[in-house]
Amino acid sequence: MKKLLALILAAPIVVFASEGYRLDRSPHDARDLVSLQSGARTYVNYCLGCHGLQYVRYGGLKDLGLSEAQIRDNLMFTAEKVGEPIKIAFNPKDAKAWFGVAPPDLSVVARSRGADWLYTYLRTFYRDPKTVTGWNNAVFPNVAMPHALWTLQGQRALEVVADKEGGHGRVQYKWSEISKGTQTAAEYDATVRDLVNFLAYVGEPAAVYRRPIGIVALFVLGVLFIFAYLLKKEYWKDVK
Amino acid sequence: MVARLWQWFDSRMPTVGAEWRKHAAEYYAPKNFNFWYFFGSLALLVLVIQIVSGIFLTMNYKPDANLAFGSVEYIMRDVPGGWLIRYIHSTGASAFFIVVYLHMFRALLYGSHKEPRELVWIFGVLIYLTLMGEAFFGYLLPWGQMSYWGAQVIVNLFGTVPFIGPDLALWIRGDYVVSDATLNRFFALHVIALPLVLLGLVVAHLLALHDVGSNNPDGVDAKRLKGPDGHYLDAIPFHPYYTVKDLLGSVVFLAIFCGVLFFVPEVGGYFLEYNNFVPADPLKTPEHIAPVWYFTPFYSILRAVPPLFHSQFPGVLAMGIATLILFFLPWLDRAAVKSIRYRGTLYKSWLAAFVVVFLILGYLGTEPTTVWGQFPVSDDSFLGKYIVDTKDVATWVARVCTVVYFLFFFLMPWYTARDKVKPVPERVVWH
Repeated sequence: MKKLLALILAAPIVVFASEGYRLDRSPHDARDLVSLQSGARTYVNYCLGCHGLQYVRYGGLKDLGLSEAQIRDNLMFTAEKVGEPIKIAFNPKDAKAWFGVAPPDLSVVARSRGADWLYTYLRTFYRDPKTVTGWNNAVFPNVAMPHALWTLQGQRALEVVADKEGGHGRVQYKWSEISKGTQTAAEYDATVRDLVNFLAYVGEPAAVYRRPIGIVALFVLGVLFIFAYLLKKEYWKDVK
Repeated sequence: MVARLWQWFDSRMPTVGAEWRKHAAEYYAPKNFNFWYFFGSLALLVLVIQIVSGIFLTMNYKPDANLAFGSVEYIMRDVPGGWLIRYIHSTGASAFFIVVYLHMFRALLYGSHKEPRELVWIFGVLIYLTLMGEAFFGYLLPWGQMSYWGAQVIVNLFGTVPFIGPDLALWIRGDYVVSDATLNRFFALHVIALPLVLLGLVVAHLLALHDVGSNNPDGVDAKRLKGPDGHYLDAIPFHPYYTVKDLLGSVVFLAIFCGVLFFVPEVGGYFLEYNNFVPADPLKTPEHIAPVWYFTPFYSILRAVPPLFHSQFPGVLAMGIATLILFFLPWLDRAAVKSIRYRGTLYKSWLAAFVVVFLILGYLGTEPTTVWGQFPVSDDSFLGKYIVDTKDVATWVARVCTVVYFLFFFLMPWYTARDKVKPVPERVVWH
């Protein structure tokens, strides 16, 4: 009985599992067309080599304020018609043989991972001689992908130290620069923000339409409510 | 013109008019229905929403392990209005359970399961069980990671049944793992078999109700007394009084429904799980497999029961009993009164405890068992060696809740019989 009591009393001081790298909040804005277009450009230049968007069609990018000619001239390198899906140029079986794992299609990655995860993940690559690619990631340890944007961000090293004051399972992350990239830290954050913005759009293109339609639907139901309420009141006035 | 047309029709097929009068225009319902009485008609509304949106989804969905995931994304992107239909259906699934849970709670509040409405209750429980099957089969169809592994886990539960288990699981899956064969049969069951059963049960539920008449928040017979004009004192015709009232309820419900579907269709991963946006991969087991929220109270009970002789069957059994025990509620409840208004403290306290543990079990079922951390028990101590099979705090909380869940039912004959009830009024009262 005493032991049971001790157990119950001990409940508030239980050990919490270590939570991993804390995610930064993604500052993307779905209404910012310039940011979406910039994200589309980064995607085509740096990601599309390996990661397709097979459920998205080039023509769908007109949602980003682009004309068909602009899409054709600036974003379509491996496709003929704007109605084609955004696919990679090689076959997933080869990819598996080359990389050990086929690079996943990213059409709905923003929905499964979340924007915050992507925003943090793309900014936390570091040099690690122990891995095959020479790269590792703080959010996704031992990820198979090398840092595709390293020419922009530069190379960084990461030292993980146990935090003496942080308590159980808490660690401190110490970043250091090995070499500079072509962008400053702020510019790189903006590049990633735009890329995440684009991926969030691609994850659910309908998100752009559904909110305005929702407002109309709620307005119509609001009007209907007034009439339904008056009708009910009129009928029920003789029920005592 | 309309009147003459109706006369022409009515003289040739009087059944339609007679049934309308029997079930609506001259079906007398107690006049004191409150907020809790909206959810029956709302459940019917959601059923219609699900059937109609489901029909449109099947026009573009492909029940094929290689195409299913892509066809859902095709509906979300390339089919005009497809995203709307899909969100209506996914939101409707959760809405169905919310409405049905509230509808069932109403019965517990006002004793709607008690004599003479036992059959109404039994048909209701059958509807609830069919709905669980319908939801389970439907959840496999998007063919995401949670669809796949959720189905894998649930079908494996049947595999724990002694002797026939493995064959039973094989028979359900049609394969040794969840596969294309499973997807095809679940599709058939989801779009044809169970909807038919559901519709039949709903008809039986309503016919049984209309034969004995509706209960009300006072639990008194509203059709006992008639006024000098020959009209019931406490009952009014369902149409037009409750049709206009339910119309109002439906508008409010649809506003909330639209609020979810247009602004937060995922509801933080509870209505649409994030991991289900990853295509099913039979070779990659997700770290944390959680069913959708409406199954989680029972999933918690399953996880709370410790295995016996390395078999999970006791947990499966507990989960089965937790749902099937609902059938016996009319006979477990031995109170002399129906409504909570005239029941004593014992029933009120047990019902409150039941609601609390049901919600806690529901929450814990969505989380890994480590969500509330672990007790600091060392493995070498007496406690760690012989008493504590798991150090997860959440598992122990779930165990306590599971015990309370079952005690609510098992002790019911005792506490309802000895509860101090208040006198029931002659007629319904307005509150």
